[in-house]
Amino acid sequence: MLLRQGEPAAPPVAGPAHRLKAGTRGDGRLAAAFLAPALIGFGLFYLYPALRGAWYSMTDWNLLSRPRFVGLDNYARLLHDPLFWNALKVTAGYVVLNLGIQLLAGLGLAALLHRLTRSLVLRSLLVVPWLVPNVTTGLLWMWLLDADLGFVNHLLTGAGLPAQGFLTSPDLALPSVAVITSWSGTGYTALLLYAGMLLVPRHVYEAAALDGSGEIRTFFRVTLPLMRPILAFVLVVSLIDSFQLFDAVAVTTKGGPVNATRVIYHYIYEQAFTHFKMGYASALALSLVLVLGVLTFVQMRLLRASTSDLA
Amino acid sequence: MNRPSRIRIGRPLAWACLILAVLISLFPLYWMLRTAITPGRELAGDNAGLLPRHPTLLNFERVLGLTTREEARAAGGSGADLDFFRYLRNSILYTGLVTAVQTLLCAMAGYAFARLRFPGRDLLFGMFVAALMVPPIFTLLPNFVLVKELGWLDTVPGLVAPGLLMTPFAVFFLRQFFLGVPRDVEQAALIDGAGKGLIFWRVVLPMSRGPLLTLALTTAVWTWNDYLWPLLVAPGEETRVLTAALGIFLKQSPNTAPDWTGLMAGSVLSIIPVLLLVVFFGRRLVDSIQFSGMKG
Repeated sequence: MLLRQGEPAAPPVAGPAHRLKAGTRGDGRLAAAFLAPALIGFGLFYLYPALRGAWYSMTDWNLLSRPRFVGLDNYARLLHDPLFWNALKVTAGYVVLNLGIQLLAGLGLAALLHRLTRSLVLRSLLVVPWLVPNVTTGLLWMWLLDADLGFVNHLLTGAGLPAQGFLTSPDLALPSVAVITSWSGTGYTALLLYAGMLLVPRHVYEAAALDGSGEIRTFFRVTLPLMRPILAFVLVVSLIDSFQLFDAVAVTTKGGPVNATRVIYHYIYEQAFTHFKMGYASALALSLVLVLGVLTFVQMRLLRASTSDLA
Repeated sequence: MNRPSRIRIGRPLAWACLILAVLISLFPLYWMLRTAITPGRELAGDNAGLLPRHPTLLNFERVLGLTTREEARAAGGSGADLDFFRYLRNSILYTGLVTAVQTLLCAMAGYAFARLRFPGRDLLFGMFVAALMVPPIFTLLPNFVLVKELGWLDTVPGLVAPGLLMTPFAVFFLRQFFLGVPRDVEQAALIDGAGKGLIFWRVVLPMSRGPLLTLALTTAVWTWNDYLWPLLVAPGEETRVLTAALGIFLKQSPNTAPDWTGLMAGSVLSIIPVLLLVVFFGRRLVDSIQFSGMKG
C-alpha cells in the first residue's frame, strides 16, 4: 500500500481476519450503522471524484462553460508537452536529491543516536522540524536563504564567500528546495532508521566485538545489512512522498526560476487553478496516479524481496 | 582482545556531530523568533546578532490585528488587514473537528471491517485499500468542483467535508489494530449477553485508547499542516486557516522587500501548537514514529 511519510504503520495482525465462529449470525444492521458515515464519506469524496476526474481527463473544460468531450486528446497532448516532460525531469531530480540527503543524513544520525544515547528529549528535538507546517518551513527558509539579508548568506559573506541567490538561481533553486524539505524530514527518517537499528540483537554486536571488529566496520558489515527491510521501507515511502512535493515549492519558488522547480504536482495545480484547464490537469493527475501505481508495485516486490535475515 | 587502548577521539566527535544535528534542527526556529521580535524598520541593519538590538512585540501585535493600520505600516507592514487570532481560531476549529469526528467514525468503520460479518465486506474493504494508493491531487480537483457546486466555498462545511467522515488510511489503521486485539474479552461480554454494538462502546473503545490517540495525533498534525485544500476552498477572511493565511500574507507582501518580521511573527504563531504537542505528547509521537520503523 501507499504510505505517505508520517503515517504510522498499521499494527501487526495477530490472527486471520476470517475466523468467524460457526453459527455466528450476520451483523448486517449493526454493520450498516457503523459503516454508514464512512461509506458516505468514501462515496462522496473518494469514489465520486475519482470517476469525475477520469471523465474530466477526457474533456476540454475551463470551469465556467460546459465540459466538452475530446476523447484522448489531453493524453495525446501530454505526450508532446515539453513542460510535462520537464516537470517529470525536475521531479525526478528532486526525488534523487531529497532521498540522497535524507537517507544519508538520517542514517548517520540514527547510528549516532544508537551508539550514544537513549535520550527521549534528544529524539523529540530532532523530530520538531518535521512537525512544523510545510508553509512555515517554506517561509522560514525563504528568509534564511534571502539573497540580501538571509542568515545563510551572512555566514557565507562572513567566511569571505560570495552571497548566493539560493532560490532565484536556476542552478541552485532545486537543490535548495531539497535542502529545505530535508531539514524538515531528516529527523523523522532518522527515527525510523533508529527503530530499525534497535531490532538488531545485542549478541550480534557482542560477537562482532569479540572478533575485533571496529565501530565503523561493524556498522557497514553488520548493522547495515541487517537493516535491509527498514531501509527498503523508508526508501519507498520517501520516494512516493517526494513525488508529491508541493507546499515548499508553492511558497518559496512558485515553480521558478524558469521552471527549474516546476515539479509535477505544481504543474498540475497551475494548469488547474491558474490556467483553468481542468481537463488537461485531470489527465496529468491521472498519469501521476499511473506512475505512482507502478512505483507502488515495484515497492511491494522490493519489500517482499527484502525479508530480514533476522527472521 | 588486549588491543592497546587508543586515545578515544571517536566518542567526543560523535557527540559533536549529534549536537550539531540538533542545532541545525532548532537554530532556524530560533531565528524565526529572533526575526519576529526585531523592529521591521531596523531589520536591514540588524540581521546578524543573536539578539536584536531593540526587541519588540510590535510584530506580533500587528499580525494579531491589535494595532491600527497606520501603526502597522509604520512598523514595516503592507497595511493589509491581518487577524491571526481569527486564523488561529479557524485552524483550531478545523483541526479539532476533523480529528475528533474522523477518529471516532473511522473507529466504528474499522471495527465493522474487523469484527462484524456482512455481505460485501471484503469487496468494500478492498476498495478502501485501493483508495490508499491514489495520490490526493487526483481527487482534490473534482472535490474542489463539488464543493464549489454545493456553494460551500468559504464555509466550514466545505473546509472540513473531505476529511470529516473518513480517510481510507484511518479505517485501514484501526481495522488492523482491532484484528490484533484478542477476542477473549469480547467473547466473555458476548456470553454475558451484551450486543456487539454495546461491546464496541463499553469494551473495545476504552481498550483502544493508545492506538486511537496515536491516530488522532497523526491526523491532527496533518490537518494543522494542510495547505492546498484550505487555500483553494476557504481563502476568505472568515474561514481562512493559519497555513493559508501565511501563504496569502506572503502574496500581499511586496516581492522586492517582503515583510519578514511580520511573516516570522505569523510563523511563530503557527508552530506554538506544534511545540505544545512535543511537550505533552513527545514520548507518544516518538514511539509512534519508531513503531512504523519497527514494522517496516
